[in-house]
Parts: sequence; structure tokens; C-alpha cells
Amino acid sequence: MKRILVSIKRVVDYNVRIRVKPDGTGVITDGVKMSVNPFDEIALEEALRIKEKGLAEEVVAVSIGPADCQQQLRTALAMGADRAVHVQTDAIIEPGTAARLMHKLAEREQVMLAIVGKQAIDDDCNQTGQMLAALWGRPQATFASKVEINGDQALVTREVDAGLETLEIDLPAVITADLRLNEPRYVKLPDIMKAKKKPLETIDPAALGVTPVERLKAVKFDPPAQRSKGVMVKDVQELVTALRGKGLV
Amino acid sequence: MSKILIVAEHAGGKLNPVIAKCVHCATGIAGAEIHLAVFAADAAAVAAQAAQIAGVTKVVTVTHAVHANPLAATVAPQLAELAQGYSHIFGPSTTFGKDLMPRVAALLDAPQASDIMAAESATRFKRPIYAGNAIITVEVEAGTRVVATVRTASFEAAGAAASPAPIEAVSLSAALPTHTRFVSVTSARSDRPDLQTAKKVVSGGRALASTDNFKILYSLADKMGAAVGASRAAVDAGYAANDMQVGQTGKIIAPDIYLACGISGAIQHLTGIKDARTIVAINKDPEAPIFEVADYGLVGDLFQVVPEFEKLISSDS
Ligand SMILES: Cc1cc2nc3c(=O)[nH]c(=O)nc-3n(C[C@H](O)[C@H](O)[C@H](O)COP(=O)(O)OP(=O)(O)OC[C@H]3O[C@@H](n4cnc5c(N)ncnc54)[C@H](O)[C@@H]3O)c2cc1C
Repeated sequence: MKRILVSIKRVVDYNVRIRVKPDGTGVITDGVKMSVNPFDEIALEEALRIKEKGLAEEVVAVSIGPADCQQQLRTALAMGADRAVHVQTDAIIEPGTAARLMHKLAEREQVMLAIVGKQAIDDDCNQTGQMLAALWGRPQATFASKVEINGDQALVTREVDAGLETLEIDLPAVITADLRLNEPRYVKLPDIMKAKKKPLETIDPAALGVTPVERLKAVKFDPPAQRSKGVMVKDVQELVTALRGKGLV
Repeated sequence: MSKILIVAEHAGGKLNPVIAKCVHCATGIAGAEIHLAVFAADAAAVAAQAAQIAGVTKVVTVTHAVHANPLAATVAPQLAELAQGYSHIFGPSTTFGKDLMPRVAALLDAPQASDIMAAESATRFKRPIYAGNAIITVEVEAGTRVVATVRTASFEAAGAAASPAPIEAVSLSAALPTHTRFVSVTSARSDRPDLQTAKKVVSGGRALASTDNFKILYSLADKMGAAVGASRAAVDAGYAANDMQVGQTGKIIAPDIYLACGISGAIQHLTGIKDARTIVAINKDPEAPIFEVADYGLVGDLFQVVPEFEKLISSDS
């Protein structure tokens, strides 16, 4: 069966104003809204569109983390994923561990594609997709803004510093989703009901032969340096005078 | 002793100027030996530029026809092979470095620290998380090989060397895959300074409302000798090219002056301009969050303010 694997990370919602705990041991996450990582939502949307074009038959959503991740997997199922795999663990999951787990699942599920968000908006690492591709020994097309599947190849347009780059890759492969790849659909109420009946498998990392390792240990968290509020000028002349004074114009 | 290998990104025969910033970052590791690696179809010109950076003691070149367009899939196996003799492997936090370095880290079974703002020692690094709303200090066990991407906006460029470092061509045995093929790259051509390294940046948001209206920013930028940036909303709407996006998922920049026109100041945008020396905001909404971080704020309609600003800076008074 032609299958696509998609990552679904549970993260603090992008609208939450993050604050560092006063004792510097982490950021405050108690009671804050949690969501699917926006880039993973885009990854899932792309997988669904590929399936809807008849180019894939099944979309499998994977989340790695504590029990609560099932909320995000239910969202993914409501969006249209066919089934979900929850790799349940309370361990700290570095991108290297996530990639090893995804690799095992990509092989177990014999997928044609793994589509993951280009980064998670909590740790902002931007690593998992590339690491997965390396472990799997397969192509990677990161920061994708357009994907075209042609048989056992794909043509992927990537957002790069210079503009837009196009790569041709052999499948199976890893694609990481950038913001402009698509606009994810809204979940409708009946879909949420239907999602409750879709299969959700729970396994632990050991069942996939992976032991989570923490190699970059957090020592402390600091708030960022704050910029001080400057001055409001009343008109353009005053602005130009001020900037001239600093030699900026 | 630490031995650091930095990937010398280049294009069109020119070393990317951010590489000198990566070298500066690496000098944070006391006593480290710093080498640069050039992967190219013809490495001579780039290697000569790389050899001029103060602090670099050797430039290693890897020449292969496939590196005419260096791709992560083909550079990674060679870089991983070359990395065997090094304790740290650094690359810039450009799209090239972000694409390549994790692939290398996985091949080496090494952890990666992304977007480092400081290398405090051989084992301790600082990096932003949550769109820059928190800074985490991470540590690896002594002796762990570390891969990192460098947040270049956090560093000044290293200076010029008194005498150039030696250049050494190496040949490697790693097999290069053919499963990933370069097709094309398209850039919106412009003669303006490069956004990533420009001293002056004029930037526009959703308020510009059309591609055509962006011309008032191009006109001002040309008068100032500035690069032009944009918010995500402006890029999504098609008013500006994707390579102009500034922010968490676009370019992180540190110009001397950043002039934000019709940009509200969302957290994801601000994370891209935190290191700008001077931020100027023009916005018609006095409550816009951009004013919280602006050194100079002007409440007004940008369609009046920008042309008037251009006129005033052109006159000599
Ligand atoms: C995962 C994720 C990643 C993101 N990454 C980025 C990123 O990298 N970069 C980025 O920029 N955004 C990013 N965003 C989007 C960000 O949250 C904001 O939506 C975006 O920055 C808003 O762009 P804007 O300021 O142009 O538009 P708006 O927020 O709509 O602001 C327009 C502003 O223009 C002002 N205005 C309107 N008309 C005029 C006028 N005539 N004269 C003067 N002022 C006027 C308004 O008062 C308003 O303040 C990201 C979002 C997410 C969820």
C-alpha cells in the first residue's frame, strides 16, 4: 500500500506568550493552550492532498511524547489521517531520538514518503526530517513550498535564501514542510466524531528498539535581552533629524 | 584540544560573508584550532577568500563536479568523513546550513545545537527557543562530538588574517548518492544589498497591499543603499518574494537600521530583528506592538510618510 508518514508534535500554541520560570529551570507551560505544531499541520495537509489526488492510499500520523499527545493525534485523525501511532514516553525527546523512532516506523510501515514540519515552534531545532533522511539513507527535500509526485519520483520546490530551488528526488524520501506549502483545512464537527473511531495504536520506544538519549542537557533558561522602548516622533522631519544625528540616513 | 571544522558556504565563486561570523563564534572555544571546508566544483577562488579570515589555520577543499550545486545529500557523506578528525562541526544558520548540518549530525551519531548565539566552551552553548522568547544554555558531556549551526546575527565578522592560511585539497572515499538531483534555482534578481548582511534594511508588511505598492519601498531603499525585507503576511499575499521574509521562519538579521513600514510586530517577526542596532517603525496604529521595540516610532500612513521620508533624506538640510 502507498503510505505517507506524518509527524504530529504537541507544542505550546503559537499565540501563547512564553515566559521563562523565575528560577530559570524552564518555561511556564502550566495551563497554557497546546496545539499541533503549525508546520506539522501543513505536513499533514500535504499528505492528505496527495492521497486525495489518488497518489497515496493511507496517511499515518505519528506523535512522540506523553499521554496528552493523543489529543493532537485525534486532531490529525479529524483532519483526515487514516490512523495514528502514539509512541508514548515521558522522556525528553531530542530530534535525534525522534528521527530514530520515525525511521523505525518508516521501515515498519514501508512508506513512500515521510512528511514532517520543517521545525517545531517550541525548540525551533529544524533537525528531525534531515536526521530521518540520513538514518534512512534516503533523499531529503527540506523547506518545501511545492510538491509534485510523478510515479516513483517527486519534484519539490524549496524556499532557500537565494529564492526558490527545485530538486528531483527518488521515492521513498523525506519532505519537510514550510509555511507556504499549503493552507491546512479546518476540522469540522462531524470529522471530530468520526475521528474517535479511527485506530490509534500506542507503543513505547523500546518496542521499536529505541532508547531515548539526552545528549544536550539543559543547564538553564534565561529570558531574552529586552529592547527598551524608544521615543515616538511627531513627524517625518523629526525622524529624519534624529536618524541624521546618528548617521543612519 | 578542540578542533573545529566550519562548512564554507559559497555561491557564484564568492564565500558567503556569514562564514566570517561563524569563525568568530568558533573563537569562543578557547584554544580551538579552526579549519574551513570548501565543497565545490572548482574550489580555488572560494578557498582563497576563506584563507583570509583571521583565526582560520587551514582551508580544506573537496572538489567534485556534483558540488557545482552543493546539496545536503551529496555534501553530507563527504563532510561526515572529513569530520572524523574534528571535535566540532559548524555551519551557518542559512537555509544551506540548516538543510545540511542535521544530516551530517545523524551520519555521525552526534547531537546538534541549532542556531547557537554563543559557544561558551567546548561543551556549552546558548541558543534561542520559542521564537526567541527564551534562551536555553545546553551542555554536552566532555568529549562528545558536537554539530552546530551558528546564528550569524549574534556575531560580528572575524577580521582579516595577517597572512593567509594554507589550503589543502583532499580526496575522500564516501560514496555519493544519485537519488537527489538539482534541477534549478530561481532568484528575484536585484542589485540591492543582500538582505542577510545589509547594514540598512527597509521592510514592508501586509499594509503595502500590493506588489506595485512595494515600489515605494524599493525607491526609498535605493536612495538609502538598503536591502528590502518583508513580513510573512506580505510574502504570503504575494506582494514580496519568499527570500525577503524576515523572522522566525525567514531571515534573522542584524542591520544598523531596520525601517519597518506597516508591520504590526508579531513575535515571529520580531525574533528576526532583535539584533538590529536601530529599529524605526511607521504604523498608523498607535497600539501596534512594533512600537514596543522601536527606537523611533512614527504614527502615520506609510503611503504619505515613506515618500516624504525619501524626499527629506534626499535634500541636504
Ligand atoms: C509558525 C509561524 C511562523 C511565522 N513566521 C513568521 C516570520 O518568519 N516572519 C513574519 O513576519 N511573520 C511570521 N509569522 C506570522 C506572524 O504571526 C504575523 O502574522 C505576521 O508577521 C504579520 O505580518 P504584518 O505585520 O505584515 O501584518 P499585520 O499583522 O496584518 O499588520 C499590518 C500592520 O500594518 C498597519 N497598517 C495598515 N495600513 C497602514 C498604513 N496605510 N500605514 C501604516 N501602517 C498601516 C496596521 O496597523 C498593522 O499594524 C509566523 C506565524 C506562525 C504561526
